[in-house]
Amino acid sequence: MRREHIINLVTLAVLVVVPLGAWVLDEPFIITLATRAVIFAIAGVGLNLALGQGGLVSLGHAAFFGIGGYAMGILASHAQAYAPLMEWPFLIEGTKSMPIIWLVAVVSSALAALAIGALSLRTSGVYFIMITLAFGQMIYYFAISWPAYGGEDGLVVYVRNGFPGLNTLDPIQFFGLCFCVLCIVLWAMSRVQNSAFGLALASARQNPVRVQSVGIDPYRLRLVAFTLSGAITGLSGALFADLNRFVSPTMLSWQMSGEIMVFIIIGGVARLFGPVIGAMIFILLEHVLGGVSEFWHIYLGALLLMIVLFAKGGVIGALAGREVAHD
Amino acid sequence: MVGGSYLPPTGTVFHMTFTLFAEQLLNGLQFGVMLFLMSAGLTLVFGVMGLINLAHGSLYMVGAFAAAAVAAATGSFVLALMASLAAAAAAGAIIELTIIRRLYNRDHLDQVLATFALILIFSEGTRWIFGSFPLFLDVPQALSGPITLPGGIEYPLYRLAIIGIGLGVATGLFAMINRTSVGIRIRAGEADREMIAALGVDIAKLYTFVFALGAALAGFAGALVGAIQSVQVGMGEPVLILAFVVIVIGGIGSIKGALVGALLVGMTDTLGRFLLPQMLGWILEPSSAISIGSAVSSMSIYILMAGVLIYRPQGLYGSG
Repeated sequence: MRREHIINLVTLAVLVVVPLGAWVLDEPFIITLATRAVIFAIAGVGLNLALGQGGLVSLGHAAFFGIGGYAMGILASHAQAYAPLMEWPFLIEGTKSMPIIWLVAVVSSALAALAIGALSLRTSGVYFIMITLAFGQMIYYFAISWPAYGGEDGLVVYVRNGFPGLNTLDPIQFFGLCFCVLCIVLWAMSRVQNSAFGLALASARQNPVRVQSVGIDPYRLRLVAFTLSGAITGLSGALFADLNRFVSPTMLSWQMSGEIMVFIIIGGVARLFGPVIGAMIFILLEHVLGGVSEFWHIYLGALLLMIVLFAKGGVIGALAGREVAHD
Repeated sequence: MVGGSYLPPTGTVFHMTFTLFAEQLLNGLQFGVMLFLMSAGLTLVFGVMGLINLAHGSLYMVGAFAAAAVAAATGSFVLALMASLAAAAAAGAIIELTIIRRLYNRDHLDQVLATFALILIFSEGTRWIFGSFPLFLDVPQALSGPITLPGGIEYPLYRLAIIGIGLGVATGLFAMINRTSVGIRIRAGEADREMIAALGVDIAKLYTFVFALGAALAGFAGALVGAIQSVQVGMGEPVLILAFVVIVIGGIGSIKGALVGALLVGMTDTLGRFLLPQMLGWILEPSSAISIGSAVSSMSIYILMAGVLIYRPQGLYGSG
């Protein structure tokens, strides 16, 4: 068994044991923290497909995170107001059902990723970083200045949405649901990584000319990866909005994009479990350092700087060594 | 456009006149000139060192805070501007010497993350020192109040001064790059780093100088804008992202592109916010024209950027 597999199993075990322990000890706040970590992990896994596997440094993934969040906010707010989204040409009503919300979140963020990706992928390198950042900002400002759904104040949903057969208001049940989503996403991602598509995507990062010479179009590969990546991040956005029962333009802000990227870097770029470990450490730091100092972002910044300058490969890289090639 | 109905927040309808339009044009020019001061440093740093610097907005903030602090202590606006230049250049030189120079040979992802980390440190550090409340930097007495321009246009003197100062700095920058020996080295650094190092130019010193120069320009812009808006933590990042749009449009590494891009973005944003709600007012009812108009106009510069990307992915003056 490779050392990375052991680390992955330990990570999952910690992620299960901590909230279960908190449940036994009746500490709902810790369960909520763990749920946050799980949801951030899903967002990170989504970005990791584009960033790690595809080498596409997107600084605009908050757009998809926020679109997922707004999909939930808009559908649920219409449902709680008993006002249909539209009556003509056909009736569309709001909903409080998570599976439908997730579907809408995934489809709408995938469409946004397809559009943004189609334009941004015409460029590469530093242009790509700036353009994804700019498009992310465009959606952010749109959400702020569009008054119909709360504008700058965001949308509040009074009761968490439902999932058939579960009481989602119970923290441990909602955690379980999010954890299952994370496991499914991780499983799907491991399949994608080793599929012909995943291998071609990784090759397109390392040597696009060679990929082209065997008849594969790197642009299309990257566009598919970027769309998939946006869809997964959108799904996590819907969960995040449901966790907070609140969605606001903050979810779309560029700091959010930066944070999702930070999860991956702390854990390890292009590692399947990198974002999971990264998100757990981020939440832990936020909780511990946030208790020590109001200005905990200084310490986070210093830590991030140290990782980038001296510990490339993040936590998994440091623990497992360079078993996986990631240039 | 002249004669179109426009609904100001008070609800009274009045007719848009030539003076109002001219005023918006000047506002767009002023915004564009400020964006140029921000973008020039970014594009120089990228052109010469190949570095993407997210912390450029923090240097803008440092300049504004230094100016506000010095103005509060001495009451002199000139001293405040000098302080903004000095503080931002010093902050730029310090981070270049300690951190940034380790990033030149790294990939863009590392540069993004390290400079993102610097933003966190700068922002929280500033909040720690100055607190979360915005500071205010007053427009100097000599430049306050409006001035009447030819054609009967009333325009704030300070904004006009900003346009003048900005264009002056831009001219100086172009002269420096095109006419002085430092400028020759900078252009040589853009063209071929290894070669000018081999020819005996101290490349490390040149890099520190270019970075500090870009920082000083950003800090100067921060101080000038700080007198119109408030000086607060996080003020740099929205401007930084606009500067990114500017250099994507102009072509990364091109100072000329930065100037053209900055003016285009400044004009598009200002005129879009002004004209779009009115133009929509011809086809929609006033309240929805204003809300849709403001939402769409907040996206106008990004639509401009998308248009340039379709037409020329490497930017208007980009080479790559």
